[in-house]
Amino acid sequence: MREELIISGRMNPMVDPTLHIWHWQIPLYLFVGGVAAGILFFASLYYIMGREKKYPAAIKWAPMLTPFLLILGLGALFLDLNHKAFFWQLYLTIRFESPMSWGAWALLAITPLSIIWSATWLKELIPGWHWKYPFLDQLEMFFIKYRVVVAWIMLIYAVILGVYTGILLSAFNARPLWNTSILGPLFFASSLSTGAAVIMLMAKSHLERNIFSRIDLIMIGIELFLIVHMFMGFQASSQVQIDAANMFLGGPYTEVFWIFVVLIGLVLPAFLEVLELLGYKIPIVITSTLVLTGGIFLRFIIVYAGQASRYLY
Amino acid sequence: MRFAMAIDTKKCVGCSDCVVGCQTENNVPIGYCRDWIVEVNDGTYPQLEMEIRSERCNQCTNSPCVRCCPTGASHYDYGGIVLVTPHKCIGCGACIASCPYDARYPHPKGHVDKCTFCVHRVKEGLPPACVAVCPTKCLYFGDTDDPRSEISQVLKKRKYKRLIPEAGTDPNLYFLI
Repeated sequence: MREELIISGRMNPMVDPTLHIWHWQIPLYLFVGGVAAGILFFASLYYIMGREKKYPAAIKWAPMLTPFLLILGLGALFLDLNHKAFFWQLYLTIRFESPMSWGAWALLAITPLSIIWSATWLKELIPGWHWKYPFLDQLEMFFIKYRVVVAWIMLIYAVILGVYTGILLSAFNARPLWNTSILGPLFFASSLSTGAAVIMLMAKSHLERNIFSRIDLIMIGIELFLIVHMFMGFQASSQVQIDAANMFLGGPYTEVFWIFVVLIGLVLPAFLEVLELLGYKIPIVITSTLVLTGGIFLRFIIVYAGQASRYLY
Repeated sequence: MRFAMAIDTKKCVGCSDCVVGCQTENNVPIGYCRDWIVEVNDGTYPQLEMEIRSERCNQCTNSPCVRCCPTGASHYDYGGIVLVTPHKCIGCGACIASCPYDARYPHPKGHVDKCTFCVHRVKEGLPPACVAVCPTKCLYFGDTDDPRSEISQVLKKRKYKRLIPEAGTDPNLYFLI
């Protein structure tokens, strides 16, 4: 029997018994940032591929949401800071070792890009839309002329943003659950899947809905593979990572993870998408909502469980 | 120069003087602490073993907290001591999540706070407050790069362990066993 007592001094509710510094703000940001990255990825990719007429929801409609999603995410990140008045210190330096540093810079780049992208489609989508000031018209002309360039830059930043949400966590070797390089690809796959789910919701044509349903199905398959792969990796790793995996394989996070993330968030929507592709009529709202719910739960569970996983000494 | 601390677990009685001394010297807000005592009881009666450790920031040579800090507020300072510059810290919590020793806490003023090895005293040639107040003289502080320093001599003579070096941190607290 081994018993560890902390007999004095450490009356720190923030640190003991387990350290828990990040609350709802970080997982919420990881989720909305991921959805925005997914949407912008498809928007710029299909624009570059010249599918503007074929996929209007992906290229024009869904990106309208992304400035709001990104601003919501930035707001959540700001609320997470304990020393709020000093937030600008982030933008006085670039530290490549710190994922949070280059993530903050990536957000600073992609938020205006998403606004530019959305704004240049406004005239086309809303008849009678006109800018109040003439210089905005000139600016719009400029960006429409170089839309392909904007699309390329946005594509790169969308990948960075999508992967970054996972790397942010996997850089912490003190939290064995997070300390796996699978988290980057897993969160990126999840952001593409949730992005596709939003596009499916907004798509008017059957063709577009169908193609994004297929993409989503592939992404769900990749996510399931990565989740299995992650747990296999943990089980073959050091004791702390075996303990981290056991939180999900019989431990406190077992039910909530396997039911809400895997079953409701991945398996069920995949099943519905297969049925739909086979020709059954399935309301798209149900599938999309399930995928988005799974995405939220994945972020919250990984962030909360990661903070409960630690080295014991 | 490489400042380090050795803690003699055979001499430590867990009186907490180091904790209170630190709180007084560094004006640590009530309810928080920069160092703490851990008592480990191992075995079942009558075969019992006990170890008492006075713990604090490990002032790691490869600090995850310095690596993940997005603003450079956490940095290596005089003699390898890891410090936080309060006016550069945005309180994002990344360093707190990154520390395998849970040595950092969010100061009520917003920035992150931790053990500084009493750098303000060390610069004047004084030992850290915890070392100065220890009644059993179980704490040794000094420069491990200097082979003549007391800590180097102690580490040569005694067996020691470091806490979870497998976390890749290269810690600078030595627990004499």
